[in-house]
Formats: sequence, structure tokens, C-alpha cells
Amino acid sequence: MKSAYWLSTALLGVMLGTAAMVSTSRAAEPLKIGLLEDVSGDLALMGMPKLHGSELAVEEINKSGGILGRQIELIHLDPQGDNARYQEFARRLLSRDKVDVLIGGITSASREAIRPIIDRTTTPYFYTNQYEGGVCDASMISMGAIPEQQFSTLIPWMVEKFGKKVYVIAADYNFGQISAEWNRKIMKDLGGEVVGEEFIPLGISQFAQTIQNIQKAKPDWLLTINVGAAQDSFFEQAAAANLNLPMGSSIKVMLGFEHKRFKPPALNNMHATANWFEEIDTPEANDFKKRWHAKFPDETYINDMGYNAYNALYMYKALVEKAKSTKLEDLRKVIATGQACIDAPEGQVCIDPKSQHTSHRMRLISVGPQHQVTVEKDYGTIQPYWLGEIGCDLTKKNDKDQYTPSHLPNKS
Amino acid sequence: MSAELFSLFYQFADVFAFLILSAAGLAIVFGMMGVINMAHGEFIMCGAYVTVGLVRIGLPLAVAQGLAAVTAGLVGVVVEFLIVRRFYKRPLDSLLATWGLSLIVTQSMLLIVGSSITGIGTPEGSFAIGPYTFSTYRLVLFACAVAVLVGLYIVFMKTRFGVLARATMQNAEMARALGARTGRIYAISFGIGAGLAGLCGALYAPTMTLIPTMGATFVVESFVTVVVGGANVLLGTAPAAVFLAMIRMALNASYGQIIGQIGMLFAVILIIRVLPEGLSSVLVRRGR
Repeated sequence: MKSAYWLSTALLGVMLGTAAMVSTSRAAEPLKIGLLEDVSGDLALMGMPKLHGSELAVEEINKSGGILGRQIELIHLDPQGDNARYQEFARRLLSRDKVDVLIGGITSASREAIRPIIDRTTTPYFYTNQYEGGVCDASMISMGAIPEQQFSTLIPWMVEKFGKKVYVIAADYNFGQISAEWNRKIMKDLGGEVVGEEFIPLGISQFAQTIQNIQKAKPDWLLTINVGAAQDSFFEQAAAANLNLPMGSSIKVMLGFEHKRFKPPALNNMHATANWFEEIDTPEANDFKKRWHAKFPDETYINDMGYNAYNALYMYKALVEKAKSTKLEDLRKVIATGQACIDAPEGQVCIDPKSQHTSHRMRLISVGPQHQVTVEKDYGTIQPYWLGEIGCDLTKKNDKDQYTPSHLPNKS
Repeated sequence: MSAELFSLFYQFADVFAFLILSAAGLAIVFGMMGVINMAHGEFIMCGAYVTVGLVRIGLPLAVAQGLAAVTAGLVGVVVEFLIVRRFYKRPLDSLLATWGLSLIVTQSMLLIVGSSITGIGTPEGSFAIGPYTFSTYRLVLFACAVAVLVGLYIVFMKTRFGVLARATMQNAEMARALGARTGRIYAISFGIGAGLAGLCGALYAPTMTLIPTMGATFVVESFVTVVVGGANVLLGTAPAAVFLAMIRMALNASYGQIIGQIGMLFAVILIIRVLPEGLSSVLVRRGR
């Protein structure tokens, strides 16, 4: 009995000693980056480049001395496209692994599933996709393009070039619904007409009826914001039925690289506005592509999500080094100065203090009959202005909400 | 007016073909043999991937599709011999075993072949009626679906194998006592089921995104059709497909794909509630 007491006291002593040692050696410990990206399941083909982009950035940053002299360690979990698993893994990374920063999430549904969990911690979170915009949340930094960068450029251009009547096919979840709402608002401002809107459940792969509904409505062009591998079958089936309409999108080509996956001319006459697509031909972009393909020779296409995921780590590095801290509040102080910028392969990108979204150099691209990509128009750098205009100001107030054109902040 | 009528027929034919082709293989494996084959979608994917592979090395599409169906059938015979055979008297265990197989196959394909492969493009071009244009290939799919039904009828009703197979499914002990080699009959039946799944994948390969989990988009429809149809492949699956295709086509056309999907599944719930044995229970009873 007595010996057991001594044994446990000794054990406790050893444990305390280890704990003390851990805390003294903390400065040399690596920074932990938690990453949630789908590399299996229905979205694997878009998620794989996101993992690769993160791995490339981690390797480069570690080679050049890490962040604040500390190496960084990537802890990647694969939620397999399952939102419940996103939540489980987010909790695990935040509370068990105690990561310094959380990055990732593919669909807007997965982001909204984990955002409340992140909001209960003080861990910064980077979302690296283009998306439907509107999230006003101090914990979240958005690296991708948003509607004022994508739809406010693309839709007026499509209307001017092809006509005022648009038909929308959209995936039936928050991304598709809110994107369609953006389209309605912008079309209304332009005096255009939405002649049809069809929301498609995820996983649907047969579109014969949709194609006929489109022909019946006689639009001038199509807005295709269908999501996932199954729904992408629309393009092949529309081409086979000779639908032959101009198309615009915020996610096709640069994100899903449909022009590399389908046989030409299925994606002919597709248009998109993007901050990144692999065909960008500038010295910085070419250098980036060379490094990527050297590490991942089998990559079909470096998509914009993968590129944003790469930038996210450099943005995190810049924030931590300016703040000389990994704490969210210190990082946000840097963001509040408006000087949170990095030189990305697309050019300089900065985080907007009010919304914590990123400015981007936007280009409008089109796909030709042989699936060649042409830059139609260069918009230069576009700021993420919408959230600031409607009254989201994270330097003053943390709304933790997602706004849309029909859900605006209460004026108070 | 004729354009609208043709359009209705075309949409019906399209949904019907999708239901029949995706369900035919399962109707034999699940409907007749009672094996809940959760790897059905993976046999479909196998057919699609083999088709694309063979077209890439220069074979004509139709030949590639035929070979792909045969390949899936042979894989099916091997799977039956190695796995399914052990579970004939344990349907719930067969569900788990084939589900495990499905997970292993999709993940292996992802690791070996990659997250997607490039499509081969839809053949046959298009034609126009009135204001609408249609893909000719979708009518080929319809013709294939009808041919599959006719083929199944001939195999199971007009051949010696068909008689033995039906006897085995009805009462394996008795069939064996009368000299039928039931083990082999099970293996061949499972092979035919897998081959038909492979044919479905082969036929839809040119029209779809090719990813390792592509089979999943067929699985719900195929199980639903077989469950609504009931145990009899010929008197169950075909009427079930006609019935579900009508509902889905009508709702799709008027209210879009969401309502189409919901309506179809709602109809399925109603039917299972009213006719737990499926449509074929009514039709077979009438026939007697």
C-alpha cells in the first residue's frame, strides 16, 4: 500500500518533470497546421490539389527556415466529403492535436458545418476556396475569390456579349442557392431576365430533361454552378444533345478543370472569372507551376483551390511573422492595419481588414472548341468590398454570420 | 405538337433506360439470388473504366463495351467464388462483405488510377425535332435496355440453364437432389448479374464523369427499381422501371430534378408499404 503511494508520487514527479521540459522546449517545437481536405470520395479530384498545394508550401517554408524560426508540421485528415466527419475531425484537430491554425474545407456546407466549432476556440481558420461570399466571422480568413470578384465581373460581360436572358443550373445546397441569388440580384440591376432556374440534388448525373427545359426556355446563355463529379456529366450530355449555348460559371475550368477531363468540345464556349487558372502565363506563375509539377509530376491540373491553399500558408507565415505571435487576436491586429499582404504567383494579394477576405487579380477566361483557354479581359486587382459596404466590420464587431443579398446585417 | 410528344417519349425512354440498365444486374443478384450486393456500383465502374481503357488503345466503342461487360462478368464469377459463395445463407453478412469490397475497390482505384480519367466523348451526334435537339446515343441506350430485357427473357425462360437457374433459386435443395449443379448455377448467375452491371457502366461511360465512385450515382436507382419490382426479374423490374420512369419524367418536366427525385422516392415508399413483395407479387398472382 505504502509502496504504491510512493510509486504514484514518483510517477507524478516524472510527469511533472516531463511537462516542465516540454514547456521549456516549446520554442523549438514545430507549429502545427491542421488541414481538412477531401482526398477520397466524390470531391477527391478537386481536393487532391489542395493537399498538394499545402504540402508544397510547407516544404518550401520549412526549407527556408520555417515560421519565426519554427518548423511547421502539417496534420492532414481526410473527411471524405462527409460533413459529420468534418465536424469530428475539426474537433479532434482543435482540442486533441491543439493545432495553431486550421485550414481547409471544400464545400460551403462543410465550411458552415465546422465554423461554429472553430468559433468556440481562439484558433484562426483559413478557408481556401472561392465561394458564395458573405461570411463575416473574425475567426475566418478567406483566401478565395467571392461574388464581387467573380459574378460582378462575369455576369455583365456575359449579358453584354450574349444577351439578357440567362438560365441557371445550380447545385442544391447553400453554395448553389446563394450563388443563384447573386445572379438574380445582378441580372435585375442590369435589366436582364432569369428565364429559368433549376436546382439539382448532389449526385444526380442524368440531364436529358434539364437540357430540354433549357431549350424550352430559350436563354441567351447558361450559368452553370453545378457541383461535383456526378453533376459535371451535364457538359458531356449537353454537348451530345447539341445544346450549343454560351456558358458562364464561377467554378468551372479553373476549379474543376472540366476542360481537361471531358473530350472537346464539351466545354466549348465556357466562361469564368478567376484569380488563378493553370494557363496563366506570367514569369511568377510559370515559376510556381514548375515547382509544383516538379514535386507532383502526375498532377492533371493546378486548380484555384490548390493554388489558394498554397497561398494560405504563406499568408499565415506573413501574419505570424508580422505579429511575432500565433494568437488569433495578434494576427487580427496585423490584418487591421491593412498591411497583411503577400506576393502570390498571381501578384500581390492583401486581406481586407473589415471582412477578412482577400483581394485578387481577376481575369475573365473563355474555353475554345479544342478546349484551349484564352484570357478575354483582365480586371486588375479587385477588392472584396461587398461585406464592408453592407456593414460588416470585423475590426469593430464580430458578427459570426453569413450574409447574402437577401440577408443583410440589422442596421443598429 | 409532335415535337412535344416526341420529347415526352424521349424523356421517358431516357429514364427507363437508366433504371433498367442500372437495375438489371442487381435484379438477378438481389432479386433472384437474394444477395444484397453493395458492390453493384463497383461492377458498373469496372465496366466504364474497362471501356475507356480499351477505347484508348484503339478498339471501336461497341467492341470495347462488349468486352467490358464480359470482363465485369468474369470478375463477378471470381468474386462469387472467393467471397459471395460463403454468404448465401447469411444475407446481412453478405451486405457487409460486399460493402467492404466496394470500399476497398473504390479506394484502390483512387490510389492506382487517380481521382479521375478523361472521358471519351459521346458518339452518334444529335438530331433536331421542332425547337429541340436530342442526343442520338440516348436512343441507343433505350434500345440496349429493351435488348437486355429481351435477352434476359430468352436466357431465363427459353434455355435449359434458365430452367435450372429458376429451379435453384426457388428451392436449391430440391434442385440439387434432382441433379442440378447449384454451385455452378449460382456462380454463373452472379456472373451474369455482374456482367449486366458492367454493361451499364460501359454504355454510360461516354456520357459521364469518370471517377472511382461513379457507380454510386446508379446504386440508389437500381436498388429502388429492384425493391419496387420484387423477386421476379421479368415481371418485376421492367414494370417497376416503367412505373418509376413515368413518375420521374412527369415530375422532372414540370417541377425540376429535386421534385422528380423526391417524388420517385416517395412513390417507392408507398409501393413498399402497400405491396411489400413488390409489383411482381401482384403480376405473378394474376398470371397464375
